[in-house]
Amino acid sequence: MSESAVQELQTPQVSGTARPAGALDARLAQLDLPQGGFSARARADALSRLRAAGLPGPRDEYWRYTDPRPFTAASPQALPVDGGPESPLFAARDKLTLVFVDGLFDAAASDDLSLEGVEITTLAQADQAGSHWAADLYGALELAGQSPVSRPFATLNTAAARDGLLIRVTGKPAKPVHVLHRRGSEGADAVWHHVIRVESGAELTLLESGVVGARSNGVIEADLAQGAKLHHITAKRANDPKVGLSHLFARVGAEAVLKSFALVVNGTTMRHEAIVDMVGDDAVAHVAAAVLGDGNVGPFHHDDTVFITHGALRGESRQVFKKVLKNGAVGVFQGKILVKNGAQKTDGYQISQALLLDEASQFLAKPELEIYADDVKCSHGSTTGAIDEDALFYLRSRGVPHERAIVFLVLSFLADALEEVEDETLRDEINERLDAWLTDRPRG
Amino acid sequence: MLKINNLHVKLEEEDKQILKGLTLEVPAGEVHAIMGPNGSGKSTLSYVLSGRDGYEVTEGSATLEGASLLDMEPEERAAAGLFLAFQYPVEIPGVGNMTFLRTAVNAQRKARGEAELTAGEFLKVVRAKAADLQISPDMLKRPVNVGFSGGEKKRNEILQMAMLEPRMCIMDETDSGLDVDAMRLVSDGVNALRSPDRSFLVITHYQRLLSHIQPDVVHIMANGRIIKSGGPDLALEVEENGYGDLLAEAG
Ligand SMILES: Nc1ncnc2c1ncn2[C@@H]1O[C@H](COP(=O)(O)OP(=O)(O)OP(=O)(O)O)[C@@H](O)[C@H]1O
Ligand SMILES: [Mg+2]
Repeated sequence: MSESAVQELQTPQVSGTARPAGALDARLAQLDLPQGGFSARARADALSRLRAAGLPGPRDEYWRYTDPRPFTAASPQALPVDGGPESPLFAARDKLTLVFVDGLFDAAASDDLSLEGVEITTLAQADQAGSHWAADLYGALELAGQSPVSRPFATLNTAAARDGLLIRVTGKPAKPVHVLHRRGSEGADAVWHHVIRVESGAELTLLESGVVGARSNGVIEADLAQGAKLHHITAKRANDPKVGLSHLFARVGAEAVLKSFALVVNGTTMRHEAIVDMVGDDAVAHVAAAVLGDGNVGPFHHDDTVFITHGALRGESRQVFKKVLKNGAVGVFQGKILVKNGAQKTDGYQISQALLLDEASQFLAKPELEIYADDVKCSHGSTTGAIDEDALFYLRSRGVPHERAIVFLVLSFLADALEEVEDETLRDEINERLDAWLTDRPRG
Repeated sequence: MLKINNLHVKLEEEDKQILKGLTLEVPAGEVHAIMGPNGSGKSTLSYVLSGRDGYEVTEGSATLEGASLLDMEPEERAAAGLFLAFQYPVEIPGVGNMTFLRTAVNAQRKARGEAELTAGEFLKVVRAKAADLQISPDMLKRPVNVGFSGGEKKRNEILQMAMLEPRMCIMDETDSGLDVDAMRLVSDGVNALRSPDRSFLVITHYQRLLSHIQPDVVHIMANGRIIKSGGPDLALEVEENGYGDLLAEAG
């Protein structure tokens, strides 16, 4: 693709001034804050942190490229319950499916919670008791992830989430755990909070799909012990004009491997933050996304904000973000690699690329490296480009129709991100789905 | 087969005339060669015929078996039987050579109302043709032209040509970058495709290719026009004496 320099970043055109007084109270008033249970202390702490810090306004530095107001508004705009037609992803895969309706676990619709090698409870269930293994983690990784940049919506989540999964992985379960979201009401403001602890040498694949709330706020706190593996693949319902926010807080121990991949196809305002702390030697963390945004489906704005901290020896991190944008869609990438003093032999890689299918779309990227160790290998790159006309002509000259040729080139652009899905069955399924989405669309 | 009449072409973006009244006819079953100095417009001719953007035809016509090429989309020209082996084949990361080739073959078959090849049928044919050109199964699996050597890219062009079975094959400097053995492979491939209802237009700078692929006619192109046409001996004459005399003769 033709490359241009990283786009000059400007303050986005957001009207309005600082945070409106009482916005937090109005926001909280709409939420049914849980009381008591093992998480009570963490929730109370989160609430007081949140009251002290407040919600971000359009002027906040960390919200320069994404208007936070869809997330601070007292309630979301209603959306149809079905989220649009589409067969569910991951259908081909044998899996343990756990259904969440508007962020609340639906036991009747879910598979039995038993799976060898994994202990699963729900947050609501566990909160009926005063103690639980997750007490050490609930809100703790979120809290750790508040420095050096605060993430108030995650704090809000810790305070307000009424349900989620508490997953302790002790072995290598034969199949993935699949969180299937459903929208139960049009104005659903879904908040959920999962805590995952992968014990030493254990492995889990976590899949997420389905229709989330008209507005959603999901947090995953993942703690990977030595040699643990967590593969996380999320693909919410395509073409659903939802507003959504999600955070992944991960602590990666020695020789542990975290791989997180997101597939996003249209929507309204979305932001995903991945905050990864590589605390053990030889840890591996890959975070990737393939994003398709068509401004005609909804005012598409998708923000990936990533913060990876290397705090130990020989860590390997990879960030691979690819966004295909058209009809005025906006893509944002804020990605940082922080290498702490002493984190020698760190291998950090970051690439963020946008393929703009027209001139109305834009990509705003802010790649950052901050390095305090002297023996490291870190690289980052960001490009914005259009369809490669030479490649397009080459394909067409062989008889490949224009639309099909564009699909080829878009898939080709996304290929590096898809590579981050290790499971070949899932990768092929995602590829086929992408192909189908792209093919159904009118010519760009 | 291919009839080009008084073709005038300028660049779309700037006021630069490249083809200045080019006339050429390649009858069915014949092989014609075009030779000419660098910059005379040979690649431009091949691009204009196959429908690349960026050129404006200001005068003249080009037809393939009577159908006007210039009004067609590139993929329609391909379906009509035109093929261009590129001077510089394009690398397309992330698209597998096989997937690409099967899509192209089937798109053309579909456009012509023929049944599409199944994966199995396609595989059988492509393996055999690739083996003839000494293209390894590994190269077939790799992304289109990515990491191919110059000569491998050219052989891959001929593989595509063999798979697509076009009526009119244009080859733009397919011989440049080929070693002696590869030149023979490629020539054998081309010769195997020669038939009474298929024609070739071979653009080259060197006589060597033409000793393998015997042309019926050799055209000399200069400054956007054909300035002389003749038999195979014309290529030998160029090889010996260069273009000086021919250019002088043409004024
Ligand atoms: N897109 C373009 N922009 C500017 N000039 C162009 C463009 N395309 C072709 N030209 C010019 O038109 C002329 C003809 O180019 P062309 O590539 O057709 O020549 P050629 O005969 O194929 O040369 P060669 O033997 O070197 O391959 C050259 O002077 C070239 O610089
Ligand atoms: Mg040329």
